[in-house]
Amino acid sequence: MHPSSLPGLHPTPVMELLNTTMDNLVDIQHLTFRRQKRVIYDDISLQIRKGQTTAIMGPSGIGKTTLLKLIGGQLKPDSGDVLFKGESIPGMSRRRLFDVRRQMSMLFQSGALFTDMSVYDNIAFPLREHTRLSEAVIEIIVMLKLQAVGLRGAAHLMPAELSGGMARRAALARAIALDPELILYDEPFAGQDPISMGVLVKLIKALNDALNLTSVVVTHDVNEVMSIADYVYILAEKKIIGEGTPEEIRKSDSPLVQQFLNGEADGPVPFHFPAPSMESALQGVK
Amino acid sequence: MEWLARLGSATLARFSAMGRATFVLTGALIAKPQPMKHIPLTIQQMYVVGVQSLSIIVVSGLFIGMVMALQGYTILVDYGAEGSLGPMVALSLLRELGPVVTALLFAGRAGSALTAEIGLMKATEQLSSMEMMAVDPLRRVVAPRLWAGMISMPLLAIIFSAVGILGGHLVGVDWLGVDAGSYWSIMQSTVEWNEDVMNGIIKSVVFAFVCTWIAIFKGYDAVPTSEGISKATTQTVVYSSLAVLGLDFVLTAIMFGIE
Ligand SMILES: Nc1ncnc2c1ncn2[C@@H]1O[C@H](COP(=O)(O)OP(=O)(O)OP(=O)(O)O)[C@@H](O)[C@H]1O
Ligand SMILES: [Mg+2]
Repeated sequence: MHPSSLPGLHPTPVMELLNTTMDNLVDIQHLTFRRQKRVIYDDISLQIRKGQTTAIMGPSGIGKTTLLKLIGGQLKPDSGDVLFKGESIPGMSRRRLFDVRRQMSMLFQSGALFTDMSVYDNIAFPLREHTRLSEAVIEIIVMLKLQAVGLRGAAHLMPAELSGGMARRAALARAIALDPELILYDEPFAGQDPISMGVLVKLIKALNDALNLTSVVVTHDVNEVMSIADYVYILAEKKIIGEGTPEEIRKSDSPLVQQFLNGEADGPVPFHFPAPSMESALQGVK
Repeated sequence: MEWLARLGSATLARFSAMGRATFVLTGALIAKPQPMKHIPLTIQQMYVVGVQSLSIIVVSGLFIGMVMALQGYTILVDYGAEGSLGPMVALSLLRELGPVVTALLFAGRAGSALTAEIGLMKATEQLSSMEMMAVDPLRRVVAPRLWAGMISMPLLAIIFSAVGILGGHLVGVDWLGVDAGSYWSIMQSTVEWNEDVMNGIIKSVVFAFVCTWIAIFKGYDAVPTSEGISKATTQTVVYSSLAVLGLDFVLTAIMFGIE
């Protein structure tokens, strides 16, 4: 088989195929979300297609983590809907929500490893809770997952003994322990050196291709994520300012998108958290 | 007029907190039991909550028994009634001091630790990530701690009373020379199983339930910041102590009140 006929390497024809035949695993419709009075999202709609890697990018504090928590049902939208396989997540009973969550997993931005368990037990936790596998099988799975993130030697350490980047990778291993259908990665590459970053990028890609998982990757690392994403959404100012395949995004003529990709401070996307102008703030200081 | 509004909103906040507390309690207690999973977790927590509180309970019980014997002796000896030292020490411990002091010590030693632990798990998103793994933290984290507290505290109260009676013996009999036979035999003939021992145990079961519930709810409901957790920990100790002392009066009135 010629390499270019493999899915993922040749985005455009694959995209066309997917758009017509593949259904949406997650469908966010006209979602509005507020934190107290501040509007985080104002009527956004986006789709996560089954089997794809969807990247979500945007300035810090724009609400990317919030979006993942909305998908996971930890926050409820003020209006609009979040559909998972066609079923409304905010409308679910607690019990149904827990059933649905068995099909997804989330890598928290903070890692959120259980501090009272070793790295090994952290990764074994979802397996022990949700499967009836024997300890021998669990050990094999845990070691494979740890090997994949380069931490097999750290299995016996406690989370407090890990560095920030190691903790993040251990949390990643835990998130993929059950090979769920949907994995939400909140900044998987933060705090990684170039080598581990490359490994993680490959790992996410491999999971996606080999197991046909659906991944949502929130990140700031434009180049890394553009290399693995099938589809990209760029968020800014409560809205989606750009979407498309990585090619389309790169070619986008939207100044907002270009500013974000090139990391320019000056441009239509504000770098600052909303605040009164510096002048008026300084006038109060005598 | 403003104070009325403030009173109203404070009252509403109280009620909503009570609603949340009830939610936590029912969420933790009412669920399909999974004994294979939850009994080991509960035993592990009983070690943390109960066994690790043993030293403070034993030392306090010993000293309180010794002080009671000393105080009791100086009063009773004037009436030549020092033979009643045994029942005096035993009754005060079994009926009051055992359950109450154990509960107060438990709130300070184990309750505050429970609040801080659960609050910190919340602040570091461990509870959220557990929820995202489709594991209910109310059942996985809260329930074992609740059961462990409710089982451990009555046992600790019994140990407290037993050690206190030995402490009383140490001071009353070995030091002050009360007759050992009368210390024990009058105690045995005076202390009633139902009236004294059981009522004391019922008291400590009630205190155990209230203290552990407060500790767990305060942790689970804590504002997930350092200040939030420190405030929740303080509140656990204050609320538990007040609840124990208030309930003690109510229970005593019901149990030993004039018929
Ligand atoms: N618990 C909270 N209470 C109130 N506001 C919050 C809370 N959590 C987040 N916010 C606000 O919601 C906005 C979005 O937060 P979110 O964590 O989703 O940002 P983000 O896009 O993930 O940022 P980053 O890239 O820095 O992680 C932020 O501006 C923040 O001020
Ligand atoms: Mg974030």
